[in-house]
Amino acid sequence: MTTAVASAATSRWRRRDVLVLAPPLTLAICFLPIAGGLIGTILPAFGWLPALDARTLTLTPWRDLLAAPELAGSLWLTLTSGGLAAIATFLIAILFCAAAHGTSGFRRLHRWLTPLLAVPHAAMAIGLAFLLAPSGWIVRLLSPWATGTDLPPDYGIVHDPAGIGLTVGLIVKELPYLLFMILAALSQLHAERYLAAARSLGYGPVAAWFKVILPQIYPLIRLPIFAVLAFSLSVVDMALLLGPSTPPTLAVLLLRGFNDPDLTMRLSAAAGALLHLALVAAAILLWILGEQVCRRIFRAWLADGDRGGHGTTARLVGALPARIAFLLSAGALLALLFWTVAARWPFPAALPRVWTLDNWLHQMPLLAQPLLTSLGTGLAATGVALALTLACLENEQRRGLHPTQRLLWLLYLPLLLPQISFLFGVQVQLVWLDADGTWLAVAWSHLLFVLPYVFLSLEDPFRALDERYSRAALCLGASPARVFWRVKLPLLRRPVATAAAIGFAVSVAQYLPTLFAGGGRWPTLTTEAVALSATADRRVIAVAALLQALLPLLAFAAVGLLAPVRAWRGRSR
Amino acid sequence: MTAALELTDLRLELSGRLLLGPLTLRIEPGEIVTLMGPSGCGKSSLLAFICGTLDPVFAGHGRISLGEQDIGGSPPEQRGIGILFQDDLLFPHMTVSENLAFAIPRKVRDRGERSRLIAVALEDAGLAGFAARDPATLSGGQRARVALLRTLLSHPRALLLDEPFNKLDAELRSSFSDLVFTHARLRRLPTLLVTHDPADARAAGGRIIPLREIGV
Repeated sequence: MTTAVASAATSRWRRRDVLVLAPPLTLAICFLPIAGGLIGTILPAFGWLPALDARTLTLTPWRDLLAAPELAGSLWLTLTSGGLAAIATFLIAILFCAAAHGTSGFRRLHRWLTPLLAVPHAAMAIGLAFLLAPSGWIVRLLSPWATGTDLPPDYGIVHDPAGIGLTVGLIVKELPYLLFMILAALSQLHAERYLAAARSLGYGPVAAWFKVILPQIYPLIRLPIFAVLAFSLSVVDMALLLGPSTPPTLAVLLLRGFNDPDLTMRLSAAAGALLHLALVAAAILLWILGEQVCRRIFRAWLADGDRGGHGTTARLVGALPARIAFLLSAGALLALLFWTVAARWPFPAALPRVWTLDNWLHQMPLLAQPLLTSLGTGLAATGVALALTLACLENEQRRGLHPTQRLLWLLYLPLLLPQISFLFGVQVQLVWLDADGTWLAVAWSHLLFVLPYVFLSLEDPFRALDERYSRAALCLGASPARVFWRVKLPLLRRPVATAAAIGFAVSVAQYLPTLFAGGGRWPTLTTEAVALSATADRRVIAVAALLQALLPLLAFAAVGLLAPVRAWRGRSR
Repeated sequence: MTAALELTDLRLELSGRLLLGPLTLRIEPGEIVTLMGPSGCGKSSLLAFICGTLDPVFAGHGRISLGEQDIGGSPPEQRGIGILFQDDLLFPHMTVSENLAFAIPRKVRDRGERSRLIAVALEDAGLAGFAARDPATLSGGQRARVALLRTLLSHPRALLLDEPFNKLDAELRSSFSDLVFTHARLRRLPTLLVTHDPADARAAGGRIIPLREIGV
């Protein structure tokens, strides 16, 4: 009876349901441009760019690219820094979970992760540079009593040629994301039950985690791992702030090419963008190969009966790298904060000698415009992403559709493709539409990256909502629209608010899309912070970076979520 | 050689409030004792406490011993207490034989011997030929039997049963509970069953302790 009423109501609605337009609209706005962007990069890579009067298909761009003296070093640097960062992030994350799972600190972990997730990459990178540089806070705290010197020592972890600073920065920033995804997977699995079963069979806590929990959650965190890998190989702002410059990483090298006054450089940069795409694809394939090898190696180990020890040492040691990473990120944010209120902070003083609010007072008027742009762009992109996501999900539910694994891959696509591999093509499309350099173009370019995150964080809570509430409301005579606005949305307000805060944070953090779509005419806090970092005055840089970090933090605080957030990608309540 | 499972003055507290207990109970080798009580009264938490896997939001007090040995302070893996849950919790990333091999003690090192133990166990339970199967392809009754075999292969010194018959339909239920109780008696395991179902309690055929008598 209930079902009959519900389906009658649904079919009556279906006839004039504009919601069926939501999925194609979303595809057209958010995914077609990426395909177009790829094409817009492929054609110039083979000499076809009518805007520059290049109309012959040729391999010259590739020859120019391969002849670039910095290419080999750049490729090597990208692969080592990015690959190492991804492997280390993964290992540190699983070691930490194996060591800490079940402790009371682990239960509170998500509270700490949310603010760390919210801080944009650029702000974190700038804070880390303030922390790790030869004249950074760590050396200041240790000098002169431990280092025995009043002068900054001669070492380099920031902008070092091997990319160690960049690798550390990537690990510190990506670790909270991966941990968050692991937490969601653990709660989906109800991991505690399996852990209890394994321990009653005599297994130590760490061995039990690796043998019983990891193989079960791995499929759930596989795409996030690929996203971490792709991001580490293609990040631009962090590479500018922490990486070496001669040669820089591939993405930075290409960005230089796209910005070169010699316009023909754009063609070889487009070829490089394709090479970058191939590099990321190869890295993911290599990772998959590694998975196969590990599966072979560890399969026998699963069943050999080795119980592992009581795990006391393993627990201490295993949690250590993650604790260091958390300390570094907290230290980075504190260093930013202190520099914004420092009038004089000579080396090697542990704290500023003279404190002031002048930095804020002087910088705020200069940062007002970028602040407004960041705010407006973030709100617009998040609003549209929320509307499209909710429309797609509601449409899916009303029509009884079932999502497939392919949808998940599609959503992850913008997170797996290197931004630089298609943003130039996006810019070409914008020029063609005569829309490049407009605010709308900036907001839309952010939407390409905000939408996947909003969708990924909202889809599970939306689908997990007990559909009996809707059925009950329909049986009470409410229209499907009324059910959506008065029943579903209020029940989902927490996940929706969380998704909005996440989307906003993603938008605020965007660097490359702002550059490519805005044509330099729409500086945001992010582009300003990166641009300012080339100057020497840490106080000026710190204000821009901290302001950039504050924006998403305030967004999370505003939705009351700096406290427990369980809904990132987990259950609805 | 098995010894009695002895619980002395066991209490469970949730933020300072007494949830369950005090419970004092001695279960002889091969004896099956049933704790009866409604769902949500803390029966499962009591078993988790005996196993050493109690959720840290609860506080458990009292002495747990096997024979002369006080095991209350040991980590779960050293207590030698086997437990069967309402869900079979077969590890989905392992085959049936890997699930069983997982439980066989490490001191049986020879691979041939390990597979022989698995084959014998499966044969006994009427599951010959199931070794290479994925647990997901088994029926509920078959999965329950594999879970029992897995627990028994780890050579527990006592057995806890956390409503393991609940999810089986009536016919399977009695044959599976018979199998569990037969093995428990055969191996002279002190066995503690918690359930809300009087039929399970009768099938166990031992002492029945209603939980309200020990305070809820």
